[in-house]
Amino acid sequence: MSDGKQVGIVLVSHSGPVAESVAELAKGLAAGGATAPVAAAGGTPAGGLGTSAELIAEAARSVDGGAGVALLVDLGSAVLTVKSMLAEGDELPDGSRLVDAPFVEGAVAAVVTASAGGDIAAVEAAASEAYEYRKL
Amino acid sequence: MLDADFFHRWMTAAAALVSREADHLTDLDAAIGDADHGSNMLRGFAAVTAALGKEPPQTPGAVLMLAGRQLISTVGGASGPLYGTLLRRTGKALGDAPAVAPEQLAEALGVGVAAVAQLGGAQAGDKTMLDALLPAAEALGTSFGSAREAAEAGALATVPMQARKGRASYLGERSIGHQDPGATSSALLIAALAETGAADGSGA
Repeated sequence: MSDGKQVGIVLVSHSGPVAESVAELAKGLAAGGATAPVAAAGGTPAGGLGTSAELIAEAARSVDGGAGVALLVDLGSAVLTVKSMLAEGDELPDGSRLVDAPFVEGAVAAVVTASAGGDIAAVEAAASEAYEYRKL
Repeated sequence: MLDADFFHRWMTAAAALVSREADHLTDLDAAIGDADHGSNMLRGFAAVTAALGKEPPQTPGAVLMLAGRQLISTVGGASGPLYGTLLRRTGKALGDAPAVAPEQLAEALGVGVAAVAQLGGAQAGDKTMLDALLPAAEALGTSFGSAREAAEAGALATVPMQARKGRASYLGERSIGHQDPGATSSALLIAALAETGAADGSGA
């Protein structure tokens, strides 16, 4: 727990609708009541496929409550854009980190954990653990 | 010595080459990628020239760092963070000197190329930008002209390679026989440097 502050979650996808839908799914599965702040940053500002550093920075600021921001990403440019923004140092709020996790399952685990008051390390661990869940 | 204005002219020349070759880049990308490399690079370099024109930075390092930042925020594809990192790290390595020697640029470009390799996790032979940039950075110690030749040869050498990074890698063996779009645009960036050097006689 970090004095009532919740970790913010940012979902970065190559596609706007994918990011929005996964955010809805994760919030829906995080049980009733209020969840930790979740923001989607998918596609380009014009609505096309791709990644926008501006949308990511805006989403991260919108969910930053001082307890850290966990960024989950899907493909190619989403991964590279977040990595290069973190390397820059001033484009994302303090305590932001890229979480190595499967996008959908990791997002659900991250939102559930953050909503329960888990700190950034717990959120990251829960999201990464989603890789362990085998389907066969 | 190469001053901020030289670096500004380099970026302007790169934007012109990208604009001239945008359709070719997109055609190459249509074969093994998602057919947006030309338009992405065009958008990115248009933003670079606009930003540099609005408030021209005073040092070579600052020119490249501003250009890199523009590419990361406007390209929209993986080439944005990759080229952005290349220019930003190269610019950072140049520090805040008002002018730099070609040898310093060669060394700084080596730092930038290494940062690209680290960000993308690729190495020589993976059919990526690095196949043009690694030999170019190496040859830049000799002259701008040799760097250009090395980059162009490196881009051509990607044709028989099988892609091991990015979307093209999903194609497996079907990526063989196509020139890599990223290596091709990297060769344009180095060609723009050679053109800028030749125009003011600083390339020898």
